Amino acid sequence: MQWKKPFRKLASSLALTLTFGVAAAPTVSEELGYPEKEELTFGFIKLTDMAPIAIAYEKGFFEDEGLYVTIEAQANWKVLLDGVIDGRLDGAHMLAGQPIAATMGFGTEAEIITPFSMDLNGNGITVSNAIWEEMKPNIPKRDDGKPVHPIKADALKPVVEKYKEDGKPFNMGMVFPVSTHNYELRYWLAAGGIHPGYYAPHKGDISGHIDADALLSVTPPPQMPATLEAGTIYGYCVGEPWNQQAVFKGIGVPVVTDYEIWKDNPEKVFGITREFAEKYPNTTIRLTRALIRAAMWLDENNNANRSQAVEILSQSNYVGADYEVIANSMTGTFEYEKGDKREVPDFNVFFRYNATYPYYSDAIWYLTQMRRWGQIPEDKPDAWYKELAARVYRPDIYEAAAKSLIAEKLATAAQFPDFESEDGFRDPQTHFIDGIVYNGHKPNEYIEKFPIGLKSGQKL
Amino acid sequence: MLSTTVNTRKWQGLRLPQLNSNMIGGATRAVTLPLIGILAFLLLWSVAAQSIDTSLGKFPGPGAVFEQFEALHEEHQRSREKEVAFYERQEVRNAKRVAEDPSYEPKIRDYTGKETFVDQIFTSLITVMSGFLLAAAIAIPLGITVGLSRTLNSAINPIVQIFKPVSPLAWLPLVTMVVSALYTTPDPAIAKSFLNSMITVTLCCLWPMVINTAMGVASIDDDLVNVSKVLRLPALRHVQKVVLPASVPMIFAGMRLSLGVAWMVLIAAEMLAQNPGLGKFVWDEFQNGSSDSLARIMAAVIVIGFIGFLLDRGMQALQRLVSWDNAAN
Repeated sequence: MQWKKPFRKLASSLALTLTFGVAAAPTVSEELGYPEKEELTFGFIKLTDMAPIAIAYEKGFFEDEGLYVTIEAQANWKVLLDGVIDGRLDGAHMLAGQPIAATMGFGTEAEIITPFSMDLNGNGITVSNAIWEEMKPNIPKRDDGKPVHPIKADALKPVVEKYKEDGKPFNMGMVFPVSTHNYELRYWLAAGGIHPGYYAPHKGDISGHIDADALLSVTPPPQMPATLEAGTIYGYCVGEPWNQQAVFKGIGVPVVTDYEIWKDNPEKVFGITREFAEKYPNTTIRLTRALIRAAMWLDENNNANRSQAVEILSQSNYVGADYEVIANSMTGTFEYEKGDKREVPDFNVFFRYNATYPYYSDAIWYLTQMRRWGQIPEDKPDAWYKELAARVYRPDIYEAAAKSLIAEKLATAAQFPDFESEDGFRDPQTHFIDGIVYNGHKPNEYIEKFPIGLKSGQKL
Repeated sequence: MLSTTVNTRKWQGLRLPQLNSNMIGGATRAVTLPLIGILAFLLLWSVAAQSIDTSLGKFPGPGAVFEQFEALHEEHQRSREKEVAFYERQEVRNAKRVAEDPSYEPKIRDYTGKETFVDQIFTSLITVMSGFLLAAAIAIPLGITVGLSRTLNSAINPIVQIFKPVSPLAWLPLVTMVVSALYTTPDPAIAKSFLNSMITVTLCCLWPMVINTAMGVASIDDDLVNVSKVLRLPALRHVQKVVLPASVPMIFAGMRLSLGVAWMVLIAAEMLAQNPGLGKFVWDEFQNGSSDSLARIMAAVIVIGFIGFLLDRGMQALQRLVSWDNAAN
């Protein structure tokens, strides 16, 4: 396989890292040095979860670190990834799956690491008005006549089947083949008995449509509403504000949030190349410090700063959508059908629940989904998952940044995981829409639990 | 023979020779009629805008667009204030660092804030002029050589004809990849995005200039060529004294055509590749999908059109200045 060769090298270097643990990582010197590279360019996609970058800039956290950062919106996730790989961008707001897939060699191959996880939750699945009307009769109602949430894909299944019988493809949009959104949409569909299709990269099939009931294709996030409006897709999974924008524009109805699919799921990460981190260690720690401070600011005093954050994000150079559209989700609510606004206080989590700590188990979850849908065509032992996760997710850098913030009294130790005992694995997580429990230590056992998806030994 | 001549008479901007009669006075023609035209257009626009409903609200009318011009101007002012504050903060930080570490040589970094609409205009203008000048530097010598030699002409003609109709959208991915591969410095003085836009512009506006120059050179009056032959002028002198003066009107007509192409290509390239400039502004606003977006895009459209018009007028003035047969009048 393509990634076997680099892997041998990796296995040995990893064995080293794992044995010596944090000791092998760059040690935190008592005083953090000046940044080696001061002028940086960061890329982002117009989504509310880029907030930590905008806040770190606007609140001067980057400048406090001696970093002069230019922030540039990118056209789509592919352009952004290529920008980081070829050095046009020094770092970027990334889909968690991007550094993992790049390091593994699925799609573009490059060593990208993340010292900082950007947020929890923040996505939704929206369907067009027409599909919503067809789904509605299948959804149980509350006493006040409003639909019971979470809405499962069971309600969509008869609609998809009708399309299938009529010989019409049921098209849906997600933002990138290794995006959180692809896996969330697939998770939700599969939990409702709709097959989202397999990938077979070893046969050159990277469309992900093998055996599919619903055909998922790539559309850049800000173009989702326009594509839905044009009728090219009947629904999509995307980050905010592009679900609320559909409500605002009156063209679609968000049916479920990712918070309901998997409570407090890890979302975007901040990605840099391994080369950058090695060449500019102080810069890396310093930018991580700035991002941690921004995330803290965003969640401070029970989200007290959120309306100020929304104002910043609605500037045309950041997300640029209207204040009201961004505020819907950023201030702890979410509007489903027009007028059906509900409290979702944790819709966007930027710091609490250790949101920014790069847990290996988060990376492994993405890997399990890549295996489930065939992007990883063959079985891998549990150790492989752990090794690859440790190669991409770098809690050591995070720890160095956090400890220096604590030393400067810009944060307290209680705000972070206990670094002495932390092993990088969250306790088994239970809050999935289908009730399946995820334990990051046992990825293979987890993959076996899904009724739809590749099982061990299966190869397309 | 290279085909497609450019008839400079068709290139006379707003002038309408048919109306050039004694019935209408000069002042009326120059002021009143254009004014009536513009007013009629504004009226039609506002009526049409009211009846177009988009999912982002009504299509912006002239009023909404005017408001956005003001908003864009305010944004620009605010950004300039921020810029001043940015440099002040930087000096304080530099001073502090020098105090801690005397060996440090203070450095002033460029403002990192967002590019305003006004900045984008200048970026686009600089890019288009660089791309255009580079194209001229290649196309005019090439055109003269091709025009002088029938053999070369036949050899190069098919290539020119094939590349001429290629859209910038096709060139851009190739240019982007090649520039990325060849231009690798850790701290580039010239931004890659600038190079990408510029080279795409060059590739697209090269051809009209080559064709026109070659045409101009090839169609020099035989008498002139014969005079040159009688005088036994050396090749370079022949070009300098006979060919160039005689073909200047055609060369400039080609340049004017190219500049128009260059401006259109640049906006498309910026939109597609997200390179800084007015095209990026339009695309960003489209992505933003805010309730002001359409009005801001319309404002950009007007500015793009206006600059295109000014560029053409500028070229025309230059053409008039350089060519003494008054073909451009």
